[in-house]
Amino acid sequence: MSTTAVLHGEDIHAAHDAAHEHHHHETFISKYVFSQDHKMIAKQFLITGMIWAIIGGLFSVLFRLQLGYPESTFPWLEDLLGHWAKGGKLQPEFYYALVTMHGTILVFFVLTAGLSGTFANFLIPLQIGARDMASPMLNMLSYWFFFTASIIMFASLFVQTGPASGGWTIYPPLSALGDASSGSKIGMDLWLASMAMFIVSSLLGGLNYISTILNLRTKGMSMTRMPLTIWAILFTAILGVLSFPVLLSGAILLLFDRNLGTSFFLSDIVVNGKILPNEGGSAILFQHLFWFLGHPEVYIIILPAMGISSEVMSVNSRKPIFGYMAMVGSMFAIAILAFLVWAHHMFVTGLNPFLGAFFVLLTLLIAVPSAIKVFNWLTTLWRGNIRFTVGMLFSIGFVSMFISGGLTGIFLGNSSLDIHLHDTYFIIAHFHIVMGVAGFFGMFAGVYHWFPKMYGRFLNSTLGYIHFWVTLIGAYLIFWPMHYEGLAGMPRRYYDFSGWESFKMFAELNQFISFVSILVFAAQLLFVFNFFYSIFKGRRVTSENPWGSNTLEWTTPVNAGHGNWPGEIPEVYRGAYDYGKDGRDFIPQTEPVGENESHH
Amino acid sequence: MSTVVMEQKKRIHPHKFTLWVGLASIIMMFAGFTSAYIIKRNQANWVTFDLPGVFWYSTAVIIISSVTLWLAQKAFKNREMIQYRKLLVGTLVLGVLFIVLQIIGFRQLYVNGMTLKTNVSFSFLYVIVGLHAVHVLGGIIALMIMFAKAFNKKVRNYDMVPVEVMSTYWHFVDFLWIYLLVFLILIK
Repeated sequence: MSTTAVLHGEDIHAAHDAAHEHHHHETFISKYVFSQDHKMIAKQFLITGMIWAIIGGLFSVLFRLQLGYPESTFPWLEDLLGHWAKGGKLQPEFYYALVTMHGTILVFFVLTAGLSGTFANFLIPLQIGARDMASPMLNMLSYWFFFTASIIMFASLFVQTGPASGGWTIYPPLSALGDASSGSKIGMDLWLASMAMFIVSSLLGGLNYISTILNLRTKGMSMTRMPLTIWAILFTAILGVLSFPVLLSGAILLLFDRNLGTSFFLSDIVVNGKILPNEGGSAILFQHLFWFLGHPEVYIIILPAMGISSEVMSVNSRKPIFGYMAMVGSMFAIAILAFLVWAHHMFVTGLNPFLGAFFVLLTLLIAVPSAIKVFNWLTTLWRGNIRFTVGMLFSIGFVSMFISGGLTGIFLGNSSLDIHLHDTYFIIAHFHIVMGVAGFFGMFAGVYHWFPKMYGRFLNSTLGYIHFWVTLIGAYLIFWPMHYEGLAGMPRRYYDFSGWESFKMFAELNQFISFVSILVFAAQLLFVFNFFYSIFKGRRVTSENPWGSNTLEWTTPVNAGHGNWPGEIPEVYRGAYDYGKDGRDFIPQTEPVGENESHH
Repeated sequence: MSTVVMEQKKRIHPHKFTLWVGLASIIMMFAGFTSAYIIKRNQANWVTFDLPGVFWYSTAVIIISSVTLWLAQKAFKNREMIQYRKLLVGTLVLGVLFIVLQIIGFRQLYVNGMTLKTNVSFSFLYVIVGLHAVHVLGGIIALMIMFAKAFNKKVRNYDMVPVEVMSTYWHFVDFLWIYLLVFLILIK
């Protein structure tokens, strides 16, 4: 373990040479595959995440076909999927596998690894002024653990009995007993193995993010001068490091139950007419362990999206972010509350109603920091000199989604209402809007905004605008009607609603939702095309700072090498949000504070 | 592992800090197990148990190993490499001895009919003690790397950081064991 100290003063030339030398020795493998450059690792996370997003999105299109057209057959499905779509109709077992994998892939592989992995790796060193992460080696390992997790999960799609099918929450006993369903067999084992790898990846990444942010900031970059993206990533990493291990402990106990005959989560069970010997376990115990991660997990997804949107909105409104400290404080409050609300996922498990009241109160408290954030985003836009770039539109779209989905969170946080709405389409609508779509909007905002920094070229804006409007309108058309279905009691995860008289009235609505979801999926393919096309053929970035931004990443060369700055790391003299101050459009963080400068 | 680090005179070394955050995350995992244990204990079918006597010996061994590693670190600081190597080997041997004693403990449990499957309380005991042993095993692997480095004559590197990171982790698994032992004795 050799440590190269890059000093601020005299040694800078030596450091420069070292960085330069490093650049020359890079082979294809060390530059693009086993790279330790945080920027390359970020791109690896992004592209792997995009591949997963296409797979996960495709799965949702497949099961929406079943939900929208339960009585039709699609012979091409049988050609594609073989016995999983006998006679051109998705089999129920496969439907459950699709739903499970859609959830797993999107929550963990896309919106956790794809979102945090990309922007934490890319932005932390660039925005705080560091040459790389605290440990580039751990960083590389973090990606390769994620890659291994991806391979295992991908392999599980092709085993004979199918991938895991017990829902992304893998509640026992379905997940603990191999005989419970076809998806509880080898597919479930692979799911657990893959998630163990994934957890290791998240932990290695999170450790690195936290210690880099706290230890490697450049001179003058005090905590309160950091861009909000970095604050958001810091809280995200802390949540991950403290909550993923608890999921790991749940998963380990589950592995013992599955393979070694213990009874942590199992008791008094009859499978196929056979009484199992397991005694004394508690399935509810698993839910506690799962949701102790599961709830912070939704903030692990939404916090980076919040940070990205804050930064993009301030830059493109040409105004300082409104209430910087309130933004940081509300993220802190959300991070604390994230650990205290997990039982609101369990109101119908027979939880003591007295205990439930506390969880209701704590859950509703989240509305306070959330409302502060929304207020601050709106006031940042207010009377701004807004440039409607694609990234900006996605940030505004993020706020719209966060409001729409957040309001239904207040409904669901009340246990009295939740008992009616639990496991209905109302829940699906709520979390897809507030976590899924909002998370994606934050990610898109980030990709459109930082693509010039990543690849030295711009994404095509026309395709970007089409992508934005189709996705925004489409997402509302898909998820808004689901609130009504849920209020009418339509349960989630069902294979076919055509048999129920009470849900017959939704048949056409379901068809409509399925139709729109295919359209929205097609718009995402347009984005994927735009992404790869623009890497090679996009309009070149000509100046270092195309958006007129204050933060440090725009002081690096257009195509920065490993080490980020060819010379000395710049010193920071001010916060990240001095836009439209004293008659100047923007004042970079590297500019010393003038004598007559006003205070914001 | 090459790391590009800025001048950090006052701040803690990033590798040490990373370790501390990592320890927090290990604590959370064991908190998950022990809280599950407490919840489960209050439900039906819980059988109380006595820990095997050999666990007292393993406790003594791991405490002594912490002391030898602490002395090794001091020797390293004073550049007494021969002393350092001796103490490092001592720690390594004690670490392996700890694992062996834990296995003997499991063996005693098994012989007395307290198998993994008999009751959920025993299952918890096996999982918690077993996972702690896995963490010690990780420490032993790290010790072996330090050991290989200490006997490599070409390297004349007196970088304190790896030694300090190593010993912090080792003392942590030591304290973790003592905590788990007290926990398992008091709450059964």
